[in-house]
Amino acid sequence: MNMSPETIAQYKGVYVFAQQVDNKVSGIAYELLGKARELAEPLKTDVTAVLIGSGIKDLADSLAEYGADKVIVVDDPELKEYRTEPYAHALASVINEYKPEIMLVGATAIGRDLGPTVSARVATGLTADCTVLDIGDFPLQPILGKEDEQLHNQLLMTRPAFGGNTIATIACPYNRPQMATVRPGVMQKIEPKKGAKAEVIEYNPGFTPDNKYVEIKEVVKAVSDVKDIMDAKILVSGGRGVGSPENFKILEDLAAAIGGQVSCSRAVVDSGWKPKEMQVGQTGKTVRPNVYFAIGISGAIQHVAGMEESDIIIAINKDEDAPIFDVADYGIVGDLNKIVPKLTEEIKAAAAAK
Amino acid sequence: MDFSLSKEHEMARQLFKDFAETEVKPLAQEIDQEHRFPRETVDKLAKYGFLGIPVPKELGGQGCDVLTYAMCVEELSKVCGTTGVIVSAHTSLCVDPIMTFGTDEQKQKYVVPLAKGEKLGAFGLTEPGAGTDAQGQQTKAVLDGDEWVLNGSKCFITNGKEADVDVIFAVTGKVEKLGKMMKEISAFIVEKGTPGFTFGTKENKMGICGSATYELIFTDCRIPKDNLLGKQGKGFNIAMHTLDGGRIGIAAQALGLAAGALETTINYVKERKQFGRSIGAFQNTQFQLADMATKVEAARLLVYKAARAKDQFQKDGKSAYGVEAAMAKLYAAEVAMEVTTKCVQLHGGYGYIKEYDVERMMRDAKITEIYEGTSEVQRMVISASLLK
Amino acid sequence: MKVVVCIKQVPDTKGGVKFNPDGTLDRGAMLAIMNPDDKAGLEAALRLKDQYGAEVTVITMGLPKASDVLREALAMGADKAVLVTDRVLGGADTWATSTTLAGALRNLEYDLIITGRQAIDGDTAQVGPQIAEHLGIPVISYAQEIKVDGDKVTVKRQYDDRYHMVEVKMPCLITALSELNDPRYMTPGGIFDACQAEITTWGRADLKDVEDGNLGLNGSPTKIAKASDKVRKGAGEKFVPDTPEDAVNIIVGKLKEKHVI
Repeated sequence: MNMSPETIAQYKGVYVFAQQVDNKVSGIAYELLGKARELAEPLKTDVTAVLIGSGIKDLADSLAEYGADKVIVVDDPELKEYRTEPYAHALASVINEYKPEIMLVGATAIGRDLGPTVSARVATGLTADCTVLDIGDFPLQPILGKEDEQLHNQLLMTRPAFGGNTIATIACPYNRPQMATVRPGVMQKIEPKKGAKAEVIEYNPGFTPDNKYVEIKEVVKAVSDVKDIMDAKILVSGGRGVGSPENFKILEDLAAAIGGQVSCSRAVVDSGWKPKEMQVGQTGKTVRPNVYFAIGISGAIQHVAGMEESDIIIAINKDEDAPIFDVADYGIVGDLNKIVPKLTEEIKAAAAAK
Repeated sequence: MDFSLSKEHEMARQLFKDFAETEVKPLAQEIDQEHRFPRETVDKLAKYGFLGIPVPKELGGQGCDVLTYAMCVEELSKVCGTTGVIVSAHTSLCVDPIMTFGTDEQKQKYVVPLAKGEKLGAFGLTEPGAGTDAQGQQTKAVLDGDEWVLNGSKCFITNGKEADVDVIFAVTGKVEKLGKMMKEISAFIVEKGTPGFTFGTKENKMGICGSATYELIFTDCRIPKDNLLGKQGKGFNIAMHTLDGGRIGIAAQALGLAAGALETTINYVKERKQFGRSIGAFQNTQFQLADMATKVEAARLLVYKAARAKDQFQKDGKSAYGVEAAMAKLYAAEVAMEVTTKCVQLHGGYGYIKEYDVERMMRDAKITEIYEGTSEVQRMVISASLLK
Repeated sequence: MKVVVCIKQVPDTKGGVKFNPDGTLDRGAMLAIMNPDDKAGLEAALRLKDQYGAEVTVITMGLPKASDVLREALAMGADKAVLVTDRVLGGADTWATSTTLAGALRNLEYDLIITGRQAIDGDTAQVGPQIAEHLGIPVISYAQEIKVDGDKVTVKRQYDDRYHMVEVKMPCLITALSELNDPRYMTPGGIFDACQAEITTWGRADLKDVEDGNLGLNGSPTKIAKASDKVRKGAGEKFVPDTPEDAVNIIVGKLKEKHVI
């Protein structure tokens, strides 16, 4: 299934699937653009956003501000709501037409459906849920006697597997594009450049409904006024050790005093104390706030996988052997019920003194 | 001599283990402390066929063997002694005698719903004056036209008020045996709800607190003539045969309690630190674990051998398994008591606290030396076979 | 109605992770279980069997040992089992795995194919949609609910902040979330029957319309450059304060030091 080196050479540029929902660009699109800019530099190439939807042309400017040199817009009424088929047709057609060397897609509930379908359609490899992307050599070290077979300027895609127990770095050396889905919350957006403009290319491959077009009978949006925990600078996160849904009040008070938000562990969601969207970890969200308070969280590996990139981790737990202390910058062995309310008071006092 | 388990048995053990960990363990402490019968667990046991394991498929069962059944009781008892005895009393003491001695009509009417778990079974032999000595029976059954009329009471009946079908023993007359007048005992099938069949007080027990242990009272309780189980006067044989099988279930329960306490304790000694190291690092702990593990394994071999012997009986209808069952029960029960006691000791103060499973396991273990034939009775059975 | 469920035997990640020298997983060294999302998919299929008398076939690709999960599926109530195993299929990435399974599925009749959303070893969520693509049938990923009505299925499809009720005509492929249901247990009698049941075993030669270049390690476009156990961030400072006040002072001190407050 390998492509010839000549064919591979035709593929150029770093492309990003600029996910939008309800004609609003998703945060992941900006994160991917930030990363794409970094990758484009050693490759000496440019960054293209692929924007797919219906009536979405005016979103191109914001993609330019976050780093897109070009925006390919596929605008068609069939693309109003996300459906695998017209979207896969749109993206696969863009790939076949424009031949990018790298195609990044967010590892969202959309991207993790679109990515595999498109990769199968254009017959290339796809690496899922990447947390690190680099440009480098494959194999990483040249093989003795076969030094000239080492390929340069390859996309090296690093991802956790086995529930965060292992990491693997994967390359797609003999096929193009090199496709990756990327975990939300991991890559950094660039500081937006106000007024930046991109070259906008409109492209429509034509859409003819067939057996693969499903019918959406109903769209039900989760009613939620909770701010996304992935955007928080400070997270006050509670685990089963908090004891009860009512007792989360003391965490909410602390979060309010310090200007943060409350999040939680999987055990809390499984117990029905908090909604899934507040869950940090392997099966929840990956967060990297400036400060992460882990309160009454034992620190199962699945949880740690979603928060260990936080700048400062402060853990409060009564069990001095809790694994959370292995990743905490500051670990406090003690009773959260006594410590947290006092901490809230002290922080309020400190704020008042300013 | 092949000690390896078949693929079937390996898979069945994994099933029982998963079920026990997920469905049974979370309730073990609660039902013990509240002395509550775990009806929700029984419904699940029924749903997955655990109440008819050694029963042929034609009779609504799973068509598995006695070894599979013993493994089920073992795995359930590892996490909850109560759940183990519920299954054991139902299967060994109620389903088994009806399956073995019942008429085709009785099997269809009773074994099928019992094996499917639509009904729960119990067994009533023991009376206040007739424990180890079954000849002390006072409950009487008199034939009156087309009905037997029962009067008397039974005590310490596992699954008591929760059971829908009871196998009950009663005196139906007197016969001369070797020049002595002996009571003639017969077995009957009695359904819950039969007028004249009521329940006395629920026993407040030391262990297996979730199991519903009741006194059964019969006051002019009339049951159809057809509910005589086996031949009239064969009740003693039926009871003894049934208890031989029941001992395999109780031996498996005892084995499970010992193995469960040992597993819990192995985890505990790895975590618990004293003098700067885990208590598992001390030779005293290590040697005790070694001794316990060896005894548990020896008990397991005896239990499985007895189960295998009963399987042979199921096939040929004549192989003996009473002595094997007695040895298995005697040894497994004593190992259960010894191991759970030592496990409490290794837990130190925590072992004496109700939040720690070994506390309950030690209380649960004691009954295995007493019911379905005390350890002394097992010694009588075993020695009788040696000296005959 | 015929339902085929793709299941995978995966190492139980609770038991620790081991690698071969070439960076691939040493699956033989780990405890093996049926992948949880796949089990939910199987349960969904078995409910269609309970409701509509659907015939349920399970299929897996793997080492001969993977027949264990097929027997488990049979013991839960599946009707037929197919094992796809061949030396040349080893080392497959998601592309090569999906081409292989598609090649096997072309030999089977199906109205509905169900796969788990993702496996707990790779967590990729790719094989389901890729199989659908190779077979040219619609895919609905992330199913929270499945209802069948005649030749149509209605699926509650989960997204990050919403769900869609989606209707599609069969044949189609659905990827199941473990939230879909609580899978049933095996029954003891089911186990005894499953151990006697015949498992259809297919090798490379039995795969339909698949090129050699799309199979196994050689047919895998993605290549592992490096695999290792994750190196965790080291532990920081741990305090065992005597009083809650001491604890608060430590935390506030650190927050001030780091200019958080």
